[in-house]
Amino acid sequence: MEAISTEKLPIRSSEDVVLVRTAVRKKAVEHKFSIVDQTKLVTAASEIARNTLDYGLGGDVNIDVVHNGIKHGLRLVFKDQGPGIPDLNRALQDGYSSGNGMGLGLGGAKRLVDTFEITSAPGEGTKVALTKWTR
Amino acid sequence: MEHIPILRMGEFLLITVQVDMHDRLAMQLQDDLTQRIVESESKGVLIDISSLEVVDSFIGRMLGNIAAMSRVLDAQTVLVGMRPAVAITLVELGMSLPGIRTALNVERGMEILRDGRRTEEAPEFEEEGPVDGSDLD
Repeated sequence: MEAISTEKLPIRSSEDVVLVRTAVRKKAVEHKFSIVDQTKLVTAASEIARNTLDYGLGGDVNIDVVHNGIKHGLRLVFKDQGPGIPDLNRALQDGYSSGNGMGLGLGGAKRLVDTFEITSAPGEGTKVALTKWTR
Repeated sequence: MEHIPILRMGEFLLITVQVDMHDRLAMQLQDDLTQRIVESESKGVLIDISSLEVVDSFIGRMLGNIAAMSRVLDAQTVLVGMRPAVAITLVELGMSLPGIRTALNVERGMEILRDGRRTEEAPEFEEEGPVDGSDLD
């Protein structure tokens, strides 16, 4: 998978989460995602951006246009330097929440995209990479 | 402080969400609305989300909270105008908005609110129905 262009945005406030949604939507429209796929990707981005802000204590996101043979799509990589997630499997389950959410953030976002990778360790922050391909 | 406008239409309140709400703005709407229901003794709330391109789990939870809070304050909430892509995404996200009455558009939403009021104001019509108790709930 090869990234051909990239844009980096900070996530430091709830207004930044809105800016991330807007930027992802714009890229998804440019790359001719269907309305449903645009909405799924933007919603997934919103869930993860909020986690980056609320649990990761802020961070940033890279929005990459990626190619893989004949496919192309968007990859979003969220990074924070926060406390990390001690039990990833548990965090991905629906209904699990360490905060005031509904616990649909991680597991829900995973269902909305094509690939979802998360790496995290206590004290080392969290990185979430998600990709959605155009159909 | 930013606010989402809440309009009063007789005994109902009308909210048209036209901006992509950040989380604090959504929380503010929850506070403002409960305040307005009490102040204006409203019996129904209509929330139009036809301009919203995204409803994520936070906004979804806020809408559920609004419906629950309104019910506790004796007002009914109807959510109208959800875009098809938003409906698909919400359900896939795991959120089917239980407990929220929905309608396709403002007109149908208003009908639901008015019907709700009519049955409330004229209970004698209901008492004329079957009295075997089978459909009383």
